[in-house]
Amino acid sequence: MQKVTSPHIHARRKTAIIMWIVVLSLLPAAFFGIYNFGLNSFFIILVSVLVAVITELVINKLKKERITIADGSAALTGLLLGLCMSPRVPMWIPAVGSFVAIAIAKHAFGGLGHNIFNPALVGRAFLIAAWPIIMNSWVAPVPFGSPAWLHSYDAVTSATPLGIEKIQGHAVLLDKYPMIHSSLFFGNTGGTIGEVSAFLLLIGGLFMIITEIIDWRIPLGYIGTVALGAFALGKDPLFYLLAGGLFLGAFFMATDYVTSPLTRNGRWIFAVCCGILTIVMRLFAGMPEGVMYSILIMNAFVPLIDRFIRPKRFGT
Amino acid sequence: MSGFRGGIHPDGKKELAANKEIQTAEMPKKVTILLKQHAGCVAKPTVNIGDHVKTGQLIATVDGLGANIHSSITGRVAEIKEIETNVCGNVPAITIEHHGGDEWQLLEEKQPLEMIKDAGIVGMGGAMFPTHVKLCIPEGKKVDTLLVNGAECEPYLTCDYRLMLEKPKEIMEGIRIVKGILGVKKTMIAIEDNKKDVAEGFKDVEVKILKTKYPQGAEKTLIKAALRREVPPERLPFDAGVVVCNVGTIYAIQQAVKEKKPSVERIVTVSGAVNEPKNLLVRIGTPVKDIIRQCGGYKGKSARILNGGPMMGICIDEDDVVLKGSSGITVMNDKMVEEIEEQPCIRCAECINVCPMKLMPKLFADYSRAKKYSELKSLNIVDCFECGACTYVCPANIPLVEYIKEGKKRCKK
Repeated sequence: MQKVTSPHIHARRKTAIIMWIVVLSLLPAAFFGIYNFGLNSFFIILVSVLVAVITELVINKLKKERITIADGSAALTGLLLGLCMSPRVPMWIPAVGSFVAIAIAKHAFGGLGHNIFNPALVGRAFLIAAWPIIMNSWVAPVPFGSPAWLHSYDAVTSATPLGIEKIQGHAVLLDKYPMIHSSLFFGNTGGTIGEVSAFLLLIGGLFMIITEIIDWRIPLGYIGTVALGAFALGKDPLFYLLAGGLFLGAFFMATDYVTSPLTRNGRWIFAVCCGILTIVMRLFAGMPEGVMYSILIMNAFVPLIDRFIRPKRFGT
Repeated sequence: MSGFRGGIHPDGKKELAANKEIQTAEMPKKVTILLKQHAGCVAKPTVNIGDHVKTGQLIATVDGLGANIHSSITGRVAEIKEIETNVCGNVPAITIEHHGGDEWQLLEEKQPLEMIKDAGIVGMGGAMFPTHVKLCIPEGKKVDTLLVNGAECEPYLTCDYRLMLEKPKEIMEGIRIVKGILGVKKTMIAIEDNKKDVAEGFKDVEVKILKTKYPQGAEKTLIKAALRREVPPERLPFDAGVVVCNVGTIYAIQQAVKEKKPSVERIVTVSGAVNEPKNLLVRIGTPVKDIIRQCGGYKGKSARILNGGPMMGICIDEDDVVLKGSSGITVMNDKMVEEIEEQPCIRCAECINVCPMKLMPKLFADYSRAKKYSELKSLNIVDCFECGACTYVCPANIPLVEYIKEGKKRCKK
């Protein structure tokens, strides 16, 4: 007699489906980044994804475990890393970053589900620590289809809006971007390949919320806290909300299941703390951005949050 | 807003049998009646091999917690021996061979509660808890509501639906009997909104229509959804002032008290991979293969036969028999059974989101694997009633219910 434990039916949504839906949700922002900054961005993303997948495959072979590249998690890590590169980095930069993300941040911690820190962000943090100049050189968007778009020369170096605001002040920023909010919303500014179009990131994020892939509490708590914090400190909340990597981070990185809390209340705490850290870093620390470090720092607190924030027992 | 937290929406598949009127199954040639098909202790036989028994004749009784067992057919006691089952464990069973017609021995006229006890009625929803015990309110507890469970949230099953549709008068009579025993004024029938049409038959009682969601029909979730009350941990519905009875049980009570019939038959939904899904009135102890044959046989290559529905049903064999708590026999063929391979947990927390008891199944699996059984206790593993919602949603195919069952066993030690 068979002894199979119930239930005998299962939902169709499996790990691979979830991962590929996240990848799909990122594609509009990725294509916009290529449109905005040139063909070179496409190759950066390609190298980043390929190295991530190949690293995963090699490690699967070395560990003599099931090949996991089809589950989409390595490709997603590669894509996220590619999207937070400056459009003019040399190709070995995303390659090294993806290797670090998959080999060290993911597999050295035990593989899928066991890493404490978001692999893509660890890859990026490593690159910034090792090659800060390369990682912090920015360019302005180039006209689609122009020689500069095709061959990536003649690009005008230009700081990101957050960088201009921080170093040169708000007046210079408005001088350069008279319609700063709409420029940021539609992505017509300097920045990383994937972060510039707040609009398309929002579309992707909302798609993931509607399909119940991500918990809305994290982006809402995170973005809401940044907006409230900027407002409370007398800054332009809309600018701090749309500029930099906040949407990319809040919708696609802080929501990473593996590195965010298990409970809904825990996620609120996580998201609000990410927001507080981001606003503090942006306004009071030496660097213009703060999303990456905020999420990485909060990743470290996830085990603690999960230890103490638990659902109230039924019937009590 | 009524409802309970968590839960899932599996494909109901009720359409397979929902429109099939209740039919009386063929008289079985042989029945095998388990001496423990109730919570409590094994019943002791009061008949010997070779004895002639009538339908409804008492054949085994219990001393402690339990329920009487009656012969479900007229015939001769052929065998008394221990058998192996997945549902009730290894238990003795009495095999009776059909002989002659269908001669009934009815119950003696007594007080209703006495008659329910004599009739050997147990919870027909599947829990098989002795009903006469359930209806005895302990000293000091105050019960104000009788909640009739017509939720039938398990996919495929339609026996309660058909019963409510076809026998509303009998159910109302049963409700009046139970209200009298409990001395309560308030009664509510709780159903899901996929069977709204039964409400028409119940004019004199409040019918609460709940949004279809699994596991609505579990006692604690039903009380929460229908009455906004929570039963405290490790307590019974009494502690929330409620007694919950399945509609099938209410019908059995009516049959016992009004018709003097002991619990020897029940309605079983036979569905899934059979050629003609049906709702059959079946004698207790009828072999499953007899019933499947009456439903046109297997459709495709049978891979699993379940006592119950696909969410909480237990795998049985076609030689196993119908029990008092068998609300359904669900057949799954090889196309319906998924080959699933356990993958690493990605911490999506869906198991936590769907848990109606607000538990953290993911951690049960982790601590069970790590053999940290004291942690399981502090995470209230006892609250889990194994509805399987967590396992159903898990994208990594982790058999959470299996880990939980194992963990519970270890916690007891």
